Amino acid sequence: MTMPLMKPRRKNPVLRTRQMSLPPSARGRTALGMTAAAAEGRFELQVCQRCQAVQYPPRDACHRCLSSNLTWTTQSGTGKLIAETVLHHSNDPFYRERLPWRLGLVRLDAGPTVIVHLHGDVASAPAKVRVGARLDRAGAAVLIGFPPEESEHMADDKMLREMASDPKFRKILVTDGKTEVGQAIVKALVKAGAELVWVGHAEPWKQLGGIDDITALPRVALVPLDLTNGRSVTELAGEIGGKVDIVINNAEVHRAFGIASRRGIDAARAEMDINYFGLLRLAQEFGPALRARSADGDTHAAAWVNLLSVYALTNFPPHGTFSASKAAACSLAQCLRAEMRPSGIRVINVFPGPIDDEWNQNLPPPKVAPVALASAIVKALQEGIEDVYPGDVAQEWLERWRDDPKVLERELAAGG
Amino acid sequence: MTRSRRSYEGVAVAVPVTVPYQRYSTHGAHWFIGQAMEVLVARSGIAKDDIDGLTVSSFSLAPDTAVGVTQHLGLSPRWLDHIPTGGASGVMALRRAARAVQAGDANVVACVAADANHVESFRQMLGGFSQFARDASYPYGSGGPNSVFAFITANYMRTFGATREDFGRIAVAQRTNALRNPNALFKTPLTLEQYMAARPISEPIHLFDCVMPCAGAEAFLVMSEERAKDHGLAHVLVRGAIERHNAYADDPVLVRGGWRVDRDELYAQAGVSVDAIDFVQTYDDYPVVVMLQFEDLGFCDKGEGPAFVRAKALTHDGDFPNNTSGGQLSAGQAGCAGGFLGMTEAIRQLTDEAGDRTVAGAQIGLVAGFGMVTYDRCLCTGAVILRRSA
Repeated sequence: MTMPLMKPRRKNPVLRTRQMSLPPSARGRTALGMTAAAAEGRFELQVCQRCQAVQYPPRDACHRCLSSNLTWTTQSGTGKLIAETVLHHSNDPFYRERLPWRLGLVRLDAGPTVIVHLHGDVASAPAKVRVGARLDRAGAAVLIGFPPEESEHMADDKMLREMASDPKFRKILVTDGKTEVGQAIVKALVKAGAELVWVGHAEPWKQLGGIDDITALPRVALVPLDLTNGRSVTELAGEIGGKVDIVINNAEVHRAFGIASRRGIDAARAEMDINYFGLLRLAQEFGPALRARSADGDTHAAAWVNLLSVYALTNFPPHGTFSASKAAACSLAQCLRAEMRPSGIRVINVFPGPIDDEWNQNLPPPKVAPVALASAIVKALQEGIEDVYPGDVAQEWLERWRDDPKVLERELAAGG
Repeated sequence: MTRSRRSYEGVAVAVPVTVPYQRYSTHGAHWFIGQAMEVLVARSGIAKDDIDGLTVSSFSLAPDTAVGVTQHLGLSPRWLDHIPTGGASGVMALRRAARAVQAGDANVVACVAADANHVESFRQMLGGFSQFARDASYPYGSGGPNSVFAFITANYMRTFGATREDFGRIAVAQRTNALRNPNALFKTPLTLEQYMAARPISEPIHLFDCVMPCAGAEAFLVMSEERAKDHGLAHVLVRGAIERHNAYADDPVLVRGGWRVDRDELYAQAGVSVDAIDFVQTYDDYPVVVMLQFEDLGFCDKGEGPAFVRAKALTHDGDFPNNTSGGQLSAGQAGCAGGFLGMTEAIRQLTDEAGDRTVAGAQIGLVAGFGMVTYDRCLCTGAVILRRSA
């Protein structure tokens, strides 16, 4: 059984902060298919569409019938552990600093033999095992051998923690506490064992519902933060930037306008100022310290979460300017992800469908409940997922977008 | 109906050359190949321009291949092959060169294997060794072949009841042999107690189960028997040779190698039974592989490897001499040259050049190759039976 992670002791300030070295991240173009699926939390292998052979490592032709018609397909991952090893020597600095390291050789019921990082709760070979795919600290997919049955503290396994950004014992900044979504995120983080949650509060003179509820929670502190104001962001970063382990940027402005439905650009500018420039200001001020602390002990800096929208994929004309601001933010978030990758900081982009809040009042259900959105974010942190599409609408739009973005554009132009 | 293989009648192998191994060297592969060629020419008395065939085996030649070597060394062969297949490269080079000589495509083929070893080069080679290694094994702990052979060893131990001591017998006997090989990097005796007490590398693999990467070269010449005699060169004759790649691909884990597919043809071609073999030079990147070869080449049945090594003395003066040079475990692994080590040693044994590690009265030797861990197993297997020239 995995021993529960204990709250880490305070860091000795005299010691140098350990710098990050990433596990090997090079993958071929074909193999990146596994990373693409793992980024959304799925374990997929190539399946030959002619002879149904399942194969691994990823190939450009079926090893049985030579067909090139190979489709990435979700796997159950059930299999048998054939052999294990505990590595005491590695040629790579990342592993060298983390030895000993347990590895397994697994025969999947689906056919292939796979090398996996082996969870400590998996019994000695021969043993049943369930294989899943996770992103490692380099953001590349790796296979994990999990025990067939869940156990209470299994997420605290040392290897598995390297693949995730679990909120447990971490210090987290949530950039906006005044919305229902922000408050739900704070509650979910506290429940998940966060050490401290700083909650941004842009206009402290405004008495808004729910703020008192979250500030009454243990380990939650309100901090002044206005993403439209560069000085405000700089000041907060100066105060807590060196302690934050996870940034969750949920601040957003959302107005339900297209182009013709409102004169002038004031609403659109306000959206861009928070949704796009706010992210840019925040990333410039909080990014460097986060990167510098990405290997700083058990509860090192780990992740950055952006609340985007599924409208970032394709414009939803009734909310046209909001969609545009989220598309801009999405693009910038990809830049942030690329810049964070060398330090091992996971950038998680969340693409919800319409949230059940005041700005989507006129939209019919299904809408994403703030609580559901919050738990999707915590789950993404715990499981190391990179792109999250919470809610039925987001899932459906994603499917349609993947199928044909042009068709989706035409459908949305026609009203849905 | 498949035609039976043509024999290797009339093919001679001569002039075994070893460019002394160095743990690290600032020289590149081309330097070691040049050194090997220089000695081949000097010792054979065959002019450089009369060497009209060349095979090159190296992992550290990039961006060159064998053809770059021709210009580098001023050679103009009419037959050329690039065979960077690691532990199988010796057998594969010999097979190709022998056929070229038989066909008249080349008169004298120089088979050369060489690799550099800089301080950083081993780590860099592991990460880029193969597409599958890059995608599916190196990211898992970056232990290189250690972790793959740890799986294979652990599975073998569990399935057939082998113990670490059984593997230790192989390593200890090879060290005994190495002490009589001036080219071996390891110069001090190894006891079974020391073997057992070694630090773990990738359990159940411990320190003395692993080879030491180094720089160096091995080479030999292949030509017709008549030509060898004309030049007055001590030589051995090729009696039979096999190779096989990606055998038993459906086995979940490596428990048998491709030798098993072809071994009957090997002995039939050589016209000898397994009992006639006086010594073996097995490929020994890890002791478990040596045990697999004893089984798959027919010296004992599958699963009897542990009992076999308990019953046999594996030293050069024992009743089953194995890796009389010390093998890679004690001589060092100079990259692809590790795949030639058994070949040059077998030639020396059968031409009375093995000094005080000579296998007394040896007439017939077997050299096996095993190469290329691209993912979860080694893909290339090969074996050659060599006979003392009358």
